[in-house]
Amino acid sequence: MSGLRILVCVKRVPAPGAQITLTPDARAVDARNLAFTTSPHEECAVEAALQLVEAHGGDITVLTVGPPEAEEQLRFSVSVGVQHAVLLTNDELAAGGDLDPQATARTITRGVRTLETEAARPFDVLLFGNESADSGGFQVGVRVARMLGLPIVNGIKGIAIADGVLTARREGDAGFEVYRMPLPAAVGVKEGINLPRYPTLPGRLRSKKAEVRSWPFVTEPGGLTMVRFATPTVELTETVVLGAGAGAAGAVVDLLVELGIA
Amino acid sequence: MTGAPLVLIDHDRGVVGDDTRQALAFARACFPDLPIAAVVIGREQTEPIAGADTTFHIRHTALVDYAPEAWGDALHELAVAQSPGAIVATGTERGNEVLAHVAAIADQPFASNVIEAVAGASGTPWQIRRLRWGGSLLEDATLDATLPIMSCALHVFPNEISGGPPNADTPVVEFVPTLGPDAGRTRIVDRVRVAEGITLTTAPVVVSGGRGVGSEEGFAAIEALAELLGAAVGCSRVVTNQGWRPHADQVGQTGKRVAPDLYIACGISGAIQHWVGMQAAKNVLAINTDPDAPMVTKADYAVIGDLHEIVPAIVAEIRRRRT
Repeated sequence: MSGLRILVCVKRVPAPGAQITLTPDARAVDARNLAFTTSPHEECAVEAALQLVEAHGGDITVLTVGPPEAEEQLRFSVSVGVQHAVLLTNDELAAGGDLDPQATARTITRGVRTLETEAARPFDVLLFGNESADSGGFQVGVRVARMLGLPIVNGIKGIAIADGVLTARREGDAGFEVYRMPLPAAVGVKEGINLPRYPTLPGRLRSKKAEVRSWPFVTEPGGLTMVRFATPTVELTETVVLGAGAGAAGAVVDLLVELGIA
Repeated sequence: MTGAPLVLIDHDRGVVGDDTRQALAFARACFPDLPIAAVVIGREQTEPIAGADTTFHIRHTALVDYAPEAWGDALHELAVAQSPGAIVATGTERGNEVLAHVAAIADQPFASNVIEAVAGASGTPWQIRRLRWGGSLLEDATLDATLPIMSCALHVFPNEISGGPPNADTPVVEFVPTLGPDAGRTRIVDRVRVAEGITLTTAPVVVSGGRGVGSEEGFAAIEALAELLGAAVGCSRVVTNQGWRPHADQVGQTGKRVAPDLYIACGISGAIQHWVGMQAAKNVLAINTDPDAPMVTKADYAVIGDLHEIVPAIVAEIRRRRT
């Protein structure tokens, strides 16, 4: 087969902006009344994969480790053009359990090896989100790449492939840093690399019928164990209202002078 | 025997970021009775890092510029040699990335964005508190590790730590790692400059616009105000999703974290995902039509009304006073 074989790892998370409430034992986020989505960086990773395949040919597999409901995020990926979907779930995840980053990375790595053995072909590109919107561990992609012996760079906002070399751009304070890696390679993608597309009607229909593959696995916990969640206390601020409308401009400039700014 | 905790110093071609020093304060909080060792990777030579008792300088030809894998390998090699009580860094992009590599090599857990950490009594897990959802949720967790690896959340610990030895008296210890043949394969090979002068993350003042700005053209007044104040322009996520501003200007959970002296939020409602990106600002001025918007109720100062009238009026008033 010609073209690129790409794997994108995604995570199901509550929609950004959602009001997060906790279960009574504070050991989980209360999922009732919550809308879920694909973590934003990973939504962009899916779009980056679609653009790479449009440019170079090939196919895309999207994989998630999560509860059975994460099938929804996989089908969404299929509806925008991804070919294959893999859901790694088990009873613990179905019961609302959370794998720590080490356990997640081990599970993904084993999944990648299974898929590569089956196809008798390694993936050319592995795409991850820079960090998940909910737990924000900043490490699953790096751990998987290390276990597979692949190069990886995080924080990437631009990807181009030519002659078996992946060129990645990372935003610095005043511009971009450029990295080059031989394929196969892994990349941690950041939001802003692209604007993800919306599903088409044929895409939606296709996603309803698409096969979502799954196989059983055993959880091997890592060393970071969640005990409970807590809601941060909000510092109450006494807001000084400087005025209303354009008439407040004088008071604003007085403030700027007082702060040594204007 | 527990060695001094290692604090990774995040620098770009020798320029040490202020944020990275927060990890020194974090290390002192975790280990009040131990000396603290700063780690500078790359460069020909380094000055002692202020606030640390020792500075390790890791030198190797693969470490000339930032190279995430090689930095991880090098820091891991130093840790094997030193048996530190912990490895810590500030949760910058590079700090989190390098610690993730060290954790992956050592197959140890890594707790990112930690705000409190208490070492367990001999051999028992650490009790930590870390940020989730960019800071809108706290997680209490245990870290069960032979080599604890933690990043501290940005802007939780101070940039400067009080006490500690004067840096002129502290030693710089050279360390040359072995590094494998693959170590240099991910490294910066080029840089593209796109911005000159004031940058969003270092500007003392940020003038930021949200949904209320209404259009790409609506940012003209915000840019005019920013220019007068020597400020950088920021924006909320909805603005970049609409394509009004480049993503590089986005402040918030999936954008940049800023900590200016003054953050002027124009037409930004103040959803938690935006708030976590600018909550470290010393002063917040909200300009909003809605007096009940979270940004207004959480701000230090507010002006109620239409930013399209208020921002040009402020610009005119500054110009009037300067002439």
